Amino acid sequence: MNAFPGRTARAEQGWFKAHKWLLLRRASQLGILVLFLAGPLAGIWIVTGNLSASMTLEVLPLTDPLLLAQSMLSGAWPVMSGLIGALIVLVFYALVGGRVFCAWVCPVNLVTDLAAWLGRRLDIRASGRIPRDARYWLLGLVLLFPLATGVIAWEYLNPVSIAHRGLIFGMGWGWTLLLAVLLYDLFVVRRGWCGHLCPVGAFYGLIGVKPAVRVAAAGRERCDDCMDCFAICPEPQVIKPALKGAAQGIGPLIADMHCTNCGRCIDVCGKNVFGFTLAYRRAGLGLSEPVGDGASAVAATRHPVSSQPGG
Amino acid sequence: MSTERQKSGKTLDRRQFIASVMKTACGVGLLGLGLGLYSQGATSLPAWAIRPPGALPEDDFNGACIRCGLCVRDCPFDMLHLAKLGEEVPTGTPYFIAREAGCEMCEDIPCVSACPTNALDHALTDIREADMGLAVLIDQESCIAFQGLRCEVCFNVCPVRGEAITLDMQHNARSGKHARFVPVVHSEHCTGCGKCEEACILDVAAIKVLPRHLAKGQLGAHYRLGWEQKREAGGALVTPDAEHRYNLPEGMEYEHGGRGLIPEVVPGQPASPVPDNPLDVLNRKGAL
Ligand code: SF4
Ligand code: SF4
Ligand code: SF4
Ligand code: SF4
Repeated sequence: MNAFPGRTARAEQGWFKAHKWLLLRRASQLGILVLFLAGPLAGIWIVTGNLSASMTLEVLPLTDPLLLAQSMLSGAWPVMSGLIGALIVLVFYALVGGRVFCAWVCPVNLVTDLAAWLGRRLDIRASGRIPRDARYWLLGLVLLFPLATGVIAWEYLNPVSIAHRGLIFGMGWGWTLLLAVLLYDLFVVRRGWCGHLCPVGAFYGLIGVKPAVRVAAAGRERCDDCMDCFAICPEPQVIKPALKGAAQGIGPLIADMHCTNCGRCIDVCGKNVFGFTLAYRRAGLGLSEPVGDGASAVAATRHPVSSQPGG
Repeated sequence: MSTERQKSGKTLDRRQFIASVMKTACGVGLLGLGLGLYSQGATSLPAWAIRPPGALPEDDFNGACIRCGLCVRDCPFDMLHLAKLGEEVPTGTPYFIAREAGCEMCEDIPCVSACPTNALDHALTDIREADMGLAVLIDQESCIAFQGLRCEVCFNVCPVRGEAITLDMQHNARSGKHARFVPVVHSEHCTGCGKCEEACILDVAAIKVLPRHLAKGQLGAHYRLGWEQKREAGGALVTPDAEHRYNLPEGMEYEHGGRGLIPEVVPGQPASPVPDNPLDVLNRKGAL
C-alpha cells in the first residue's frame, strides 16, 4: 500500500490542507489531556477525574456509559451525577458519531495511529487476520464479567482507561500495555487493536449508529483510484460502499458505524472527494454538497494554499 | 451447473462462517479465562491499603468503583491515591496509607459526595460512622506507654478522642510504685481513620489500622457472659443469690483474703482467745 497517502493532496493543496483534520484531531486529543492535567500539574482545576468519570468546573458531570454499565451490572446503583453524566455522554456521541470518541478523544488512538504510520513508513506488513467483529465478542465478555463475578475485571486490562488514568494519576506499568498495543498493531494485525478488538470502541460505535455528522464521498465521480483514503483509513472497509457504490445505487454517505469521523480521508484525498456532512443535508441521501471540505474545494481552487509551508 | 456451484459455494461459505465464529469464540473464551484468573489475583487488597470512608465491602467495591479518581481529587488533604498498574492494590482503585497520611475525617465527607457510583456509599453522612478499618495497638513490646513512659500521642491525635481511644491506668509492676497509661482502642467508635498510626512516635508504628476482619475476633455464638446477663436481667437468672455457709469449727471463720481459718470476731469480746498481754495467759487459772 501507499507509504505516503496524501502526497498528491499535499503537493496540490498544501501541507496544512492535507493535515487539517489530523491537526484538529490531535488538538482535540491533546487539549482534553491538557484540561485534565492542568489541575495536577499547574493547579488549574478545570476538569477533575479521568475519562471514566469527570467533573468539569464543578457543574458538568461526564461518565463513561460502558463503565457505569459494568458498575451497575455488578449490583451497584450509581448516584444522580453519575447517571446524568452517562446520559450526556450517550446523547453527545449519538449525535456526533459514537466512534468520534476514538478519533477525537481516546489517548490510545495516538498509539495506534503511530503504529499505522510506522507500518506505512517502514513498510512493515502485519499480515495477521482476525475478524473485525471480535470486538463485539469482547464487549460481551466485558459486560459478562461484572455480572458473573461482581468485579469490573476489564479495568485490569483496559488500555483506554489505563492510559488516560496513567497520564493523569501516574502510569505505573501501564506503559507496557500501550507498548503491547503498538507492537500488536505494527507486527501482528494491521489496525489490530482499534479496528478489531477494542470493546470500548465497539461500544461507542454502537451508541452512535445514526449520528448527525458523517463523512460523505460527495465528489466521488472525481475519484481517480489513487487508494490513498483506503491506505489512511483505520476502518477502510467503510469507504468502499460510499465511494464505489454509485452503480449499485448506494449513496455517497459513509453510513458504516465503524467510521470514526476522523476526517483523514478528507485530508489525504487530492480530488476533494470527501467532506463532513450534516444529517439534515442528507435527506434521501441525495446530498449535493458536503459542508466542510467539499465546499471549500471550490474555495481552494480560487485561493490556492499550496504556497503554505510543506506544500 | 451454475446453481450447483452456487450451492457448494454457499455451504462452503457457511462452513467458513461457522469455523470463523468458532475460532473467535475460542479466542475470546481463552482471553476471558485468562482475564478471569488474573482478576482473581488482582482484586485482593493488601492490609496496609485502606479504602476511603464509606467504601463498600471490598468485594462490592471492586464491582462498583469505576476508577475515576474523583474522590482522590476532591479530598482537600490530598491523601488518597489511585492504584497504578503493577501495584498490589487493584488497579485504578482509591486507597490511602495510614502511616503516610491518615484521613482527616472531614465533616462534609467530600470524597463520598464526589463518587458517581456509590462505591463510596452516599448513605454515609456522619463521618463518625465511617468504618475504614480498626486501629490495633499491635506491638505492645515497642509501645512506650507499655514501658511505663508517658506518650499518649495516639490518644491525643484521635479525632474521636476519649471514645475511640481511652487511656487505661495500670499498675507499673516494674517500678512497683508508678502507673502506666495504656491506650485502649474501642472498636465501636474507631473509624479507622489512621491518624493514630500516622502520629505514633516510634520508627515503626506500634498502633496500626487493619481491616476489621483481620483485627476483630468473635466470641462463640453460644457464649453468655454471666455478669452481663445478670446486669441486663437485674438479678441472677440461674439460682437465687444465697450466701454460702461453710461448716467450720465453732468460734472460727474463713477469711478469703488469704489468712484462711481465723477465730470469729464476736463484738464485745477480744478477737483472739490469746490475749494481747502474755502475762494474762500465765496468770490464767489452771495454767502451768
Ligand atoms: S477503538 Fe478503543 S482504543 Fe481505539 S481509539 Fe477507539 S476506544 Fe480508543
Ligand atoms: S474524609 Fe476528608 S480527609 Fe478523609 S478521605 Fe475523605 S476527603 Fe479525605
Ligand atoms: S469516586 Fe468512587 S468510583 Fe471514582 S475512584 Fe473514587 S470510589 Fe471509585
Ligand atoms: S484509627 Fe486511631 S485515630 Fe482514627 S478513630 Fe481509630 S483510634 Fe482514633
